[in-house]
Amino acid sequence: MELLSPTGVIDSFKAALSDSLLYARLYECEVAVKKNAFRTIWLHVERDAFREAVEHVCELQEYPHLAIISCSDLGQAVELTYHFTIYYGRRFAELSLGLRVDLPKTDLKVPTITDLIPGALFAEREIQEMIGVEVTGIPDSRRLFLPDDFPEGVYPWRTDETGPPADMLRVLPGRQQKQC
Amino acid sequence: MLEETEKATYTIPVGPIHPALKEPVRLALTIDGEEIVDVDVFVGQVHRGIEWLGMNRNNPVQTIYLAERVCGICNICHPLAFVMAVEHAAGITPPPRAEYIRTIAAEMERIHSHLLWAGVAAHEIGFDTIFYLAWRVREEIMDLIEYLTGNRVTKGVVQIGGVRRDVTEEQFPRIRKSLDYYKGLFDQLRKVFLDDRTIRMRTKHVGVLSKEDALKLLAVGPTARASGVTKDIRQDQPYAAYADLDVQAMTPDMLTGTVVGDTYDRIIVRLLEVKQSIAIIEQCLESMPPGPILAQPKMPVLLKTLANAEGEGIGRVEAPRGEVVHYVRLEAGRETLANWRIRAPTYVNLMCVPTMLKGGQIADVPIAFASIDPCQSCANRMVVTDRALGTRSIMDYEEMHRISVQRTEEL
Repeated sequence: MELLSPTGVIDSFKAALSDSLLYARLYECEVAVKKNAFRTIWLHVERDAFREAVEHVCELQEYPHLAIISCSDLGQAVELTYHFTIYYGRRFAELSLGLRVDLPKTDLKVPTITDLIPGALFAEREIQEMIGVEVTGIPDSRRLFLPDDFPEGVYPWRTDETGPPADMLRVLPGRQQKQC
Repeated sequence: MLEETEKATYTIPVGPIHPALKEPVRLALTIDGEEIVDVDVFVGQVHRGIEWLGMNRNNPVQTIYLAERVCGICNICHPLAFVMAVEHAAGITPPPRAEYIRTIAAEMERIHSHLLWAGVAAHEIGFDTIFYLAWRVREEIMDLIEYLTGNRVTKGVVQIGGVRRDVTEEQFPRIRKSLDYYKGLFDQLRKVFLDDRTIRMRTKHVGVLSKEDALKLLAVGPTARASGVTKDIRQDQPYAAYADLDVQAMTPDMLTGTVVGDTYDRIIVRLLEVKQSIAIIEQCLESMPPGPILAQPKMPVLLKTLANAEGEGIGRVEAPRGEVVHYVRLEAGRETLANWRIRAPTYVNLMCVPTMLKGGQIADVPIAFASIDPCQSCANRMVVTDRALGTRSIMDYEEMHRISVQRTEEL
């Protein structure tokens, strides 16, 4: 399989997703003495085109590596960023690829990608329990880190009313609680 | 007949203490006689919500010391990945000399971690003589770490935009002395770990992970490389001084010519990596550029820059167990982190455990599980059920260890 340049990767996403690609940005910095480049690609896609985008990642790399799914509570929406890496196994060729998708709080659902990347299961189980996003079609929807007696409907990473209530938080003696 | 076979399986809970390391993880082993049919992993017993804590610290600089405490062993890798993420988010470039010092610190950590693992692995199969040997030779690198950083464990050398302690020319002879000690020891270690009959019998074809499974289940680090996946961030997307040096992913075929993907191969990979680490530190000493060690030595200025910075960044570091990934988001006008996400190598390597253990024997669980070098404080226990008797029994670590030792004695 031919490797695309970082801009080539972005162009291929533009071609594959057209208007569903909200933004694409290439971050580049130089490292150490020889000034070799360290590159990261950040993409933001419409939620309807999310599956298509992940399928496109799988076209670029046979077994893309999914590092983690990071999430933020944006108030009206929940943002998920899937951190992939592609083109690994080759000197200087690897690219980090952050694929962002925003889900409105009225409809917190995202399709599973475990059929494409089986190893994504832990990350998907974690976002279900931590931020309350329902992963549709997930083969194993049990909790991962939270204990079984943890109350339903409380999501530790949310900052709204479904976030951890005040009585669950303990402020160390001599400290004041901060706004997060 | 099939129904009878199903009735004959049994689930044994192993835990809540880890069967191999003294760390909390629970595995549910479904067994048929001695053979493992299915495995389920339960984690979360030591979930500390460290990311949440980090986002509630006063500023990113304070979070570095929290990142250091994610794991007692990888206390360079986590803060390093964290500061790299912050640097990428805020657009700070560390001076080249700092990159070299970071590399030296990270490689010293790899040597000590791999030797620690070698000792633990030997202990798992009841070979305590090697356990003592491995941990004794590990002291040399611990002394060196203390000499260079002032501390054996949480070193506190990494800072946003550089490092806090310089490695000076006068310290080079002491570093070289330690490296020479390990170079002289390498053949002995290789003989002890790779040529010993007992170790061969206990590790060959135990806990096999095929290349395809390693790729599908997102294995990282020595676990992936032992299965023939040439994946190493230091080679693929180099950071720090690795971008200047020649680093190659170590696979077992470099020594034996074949890739099996078993526990034995994981020993080979780690031994080769110790050798590689020594070579990397030597190269760093030779080509260390002069100059400052911090991009911004004035702390108030640095904090102001971070508070005004807007952006997101990802820091990736090849830790001894595999890749550590930190994601950071900074918002302008906000002193604390807007988002912080950690991915430790064990998080993904645990996904491979069921595949590795299936078809194996209970007595092989400790060594096969230990072969991924799991670290629960980073990622975050084992259950075995016997359907024949319809009872549940808890098998504790001592019992598992006893069976494992018994198996070695039988051989």
